[in-house]
Amino acid sequence: MTRSLAMLTLTSALVAAAGAFAQTTDKNAKIGVLNDQSSLYADVSGAGSTLAAQMAVEDSGLTGKGWKIDVISADHQNKPDVGTNIARQWFDVEKVDVIADVPTSSVGLAINNVVKEKNGVYLNSGAAASDLTTTQCSPNTVHWTYDTYLLANGTGKALVKAGGDTWYFLTADYAFGHALERDTSAVVTANGGKILGGVRHPLNTSDFSSFLLQAQASKAKIVGLANAGGDTTNSIKQAAEFGIVTGGQKLAGLLMFISDIHALGLNTAQGMNFTETFYWDLNDQTRAFSKRFSERMRNKAMPTMVQAGVYAATLHYLKTLEALGGNPHDGVKVVAKMKEMPTDDPLFGKGTIRADGRKLHPGYLFEVKKPSESKYPWDYYKLVATIPADEAFTPVDKSPCPLLKK
Amino acid sequence: MTSITENADIRQPARSGSEHSIAIAAMAVILIVLPWTGVYPYFIMQALCFALFACAFNLLIGYGGLLSFGHAMFLGTAGYITAHAIKEWGFPPELGILAGTLAAAALGVLAGLVAIRRQGIYFAMITLALSQLLYFVYLQAKFTHGEDGIQSVPQGKLFGLFNLSQPLTLYYVVLAFFLFGFLIIYRAINSPFGEVLKSIRENEPRAISLGYRTDQYKLLAFILSGTLAGLAGAVKVLVAQNASLTDVHWTMSGEVVLIVLLGGLGTIFGPVVGAFIIIAMQQYLAGFGQWVLVIQGVIFVVCVLAFRRGIVGEIAYYTGRSL
Repeated sequence: MTRSLAMLTLTSALVAAAGAFAQTTDKNAKIGVLNDQSSLYADVSGAGSTLAAQMAVEDSGLTGKGWKIDVISADHQNKPDVGTNIARQWFDVEKVDVIADVPTSSVGLAINNVVKEKNGVYLNSGAAASDLTTTQCSPNTVHWTYDTYLLANGTGKALVKAGGDTWYFLTADYAFGHALERDTSAVVTANGGKILGGVRHPLNTSDFSSFLLQAQASKAKIVGLANAGGDTTNSIKQAAEFGIVTGGQKLAGLLMFISDIHALGLNTAQGMNFTETFYWDLNDQTRAFSKRFSERMRNKAMPTMVQAGVYAATLHYLKTLEALGGNPHDGVKVVAKMKEMPTDDPLFGKGTIRADGRKLHPGYLFEVKKPSESKYPWDYYKLVATIPADEAFTPVDKSPCPLLKK
Repeated sequence: MTSITENADIRQPARSGSEHSIAIAAMAVILIVLPWTGVYPYFIMQALCFALFACAFNLLIGYGGLLSFGHAMFLGTAGYITAHAIKEWGFPPELGILAGTLAAAALGVLAGLVAIRRQGIYFAMITLALSQLLYFVYLQAKFTHGEDGIQSVPQGKLFGLFNLSQPLTLYYVVLAFFLFGFLIIYRAINSPFGEVLKSIRENEPRAISLGYRTDQYKLLAFILSGTLAGLAGAVKVLVAQNASLTDVHWTMSGEVVLIVLLGGLGTIFGPVVGAFIIIAMQQYLAGFGQWVLVIQGVIFVVCVLAFRRGIVGEIAYYTGRSL
């Protein structure tokens, strides 16, 4: 027993060593889904993102063509050092080629550096910081689903035009919140609105009372919630208790996911405006995917845009590998090819990936339906406006990313 | 307090020095060889940093009988100062570590002067309050970059000679720092100073009646513990290449209590064993997702119910040695 175990260990060590030294093209790929599985972003990404990556592997049909593609996952607990340690070990020991998802911008930015150092591929769907494709852009990174520029632009512009010209921010005190506040403020002032002030709260706060009272005292027409996940739902619920909406102020969730609306219920959430890039009930293709997805989810939830982004990004990555005729295990090379190939998937339609790693697709401004308008389970949104792909993201001439300068 | 610390073996023979030297040498040899056995070096480095952190904490609770619930402030402060000094001021790694450790020492003086005036639960609460105070300072301070943390800290070259971006070089540097800190703690425990500390733990009024200024001993122990916890935090920056709020959060203060209880309170090797177990769980169970914390909790409960002296503490008790 011990001897066979020793042999097994030796063989696997040899195989691993062989894998490390032979940087040649083969038909293996390993995808690591790194996200929050136990805390405030677990519903937005979590196990659903892992499922989405697995479905992408199945739908790519590569396993039937002799490819061996593994999907593994881990919980980064929203801690940058836990995230970087897992990522490093994945590259060094597990020979992972791709890290996908990674919500929480602070962890996302840290992973961005590790992936660049290890020449892997980073398919970001969960983190929102537009810095990933601007100031900190990397030739190894594709930023798929959304970013703070899109959220700010979509929601900020629409609300100012509808008369919400004075703003007060309730901001999560970390990279993502700061970026969101900065970008939204720019949009609001550019469209003739005014920023009256803001307050910052720590990540994962349960008591928003003092922050909400400051927001109420500011008398701003719009209280912009520059936070995400559990923080957003908590602040909306507590805002209702303080009578902020009934007092005439309007809440703008700058980043909302369908899982948040599901948790809040239509009674609390009705009438809110926000921007997303994916909704399960958008067309026949999204409906077909979402039905398959929700049947395999433990709580039968519909996919969020983050999970949809993991699916679409993984699918495009696998298509690229197929086009390359094998996996070269060279992140820069694979990402370059991903940018070269136009994207086409059932969830985001046709699109492209820009030289800075930014995936371009339309954004949608949604409004949450009233309880009376909802006809079937998960029937939550109505489409207010579509933001075309070329207006949705940071314009090329405004991005400091060196990859754009040819 | 005594209910926790009475487990620490006081029946031990005074002359166990040679046994200890052998055990320490054996530990050093194991740690020197370990990265060649296929264990992932980054994992051992992370564990060594936490082991030093836990040893420093153990000096205070295991020998001084003072339960600090804010030790993360030393770990985190040293981490931030080291990261900032290396990244923004361009310090070489050895000066960065020195700066971080000195900052932790200074903090130890200030926090110690306030905290040692009270005992037991009040001491724990004061240290917790101070560390929470610092947590919110670091959350808002510009130089820490809030939740983002200080990212991609360059590892550089130690003394201009050793390239720390080589995993094995970094490993032996981390090991050297760990052994240095460990030996300081061992020396402190087995010195007259350590004996006085133990007597304070057992019966403070009696120590006072014998003419010892117990406040000064406790303050010194607090500063030493904080400084070495800071050393652990400073070295950790070179390993993780970032300094973040995780290290100043109160959960980190709780984690070190867990490590020491699991390994064995008031034992020399207990904190090291505890650190390796906890870090191994975090690292290798990460794939279980949300279950990591549940598993950690179950192990803690089992430990408290089944072997209250901790792993090393139980071994020491049944073999009749002090370990």
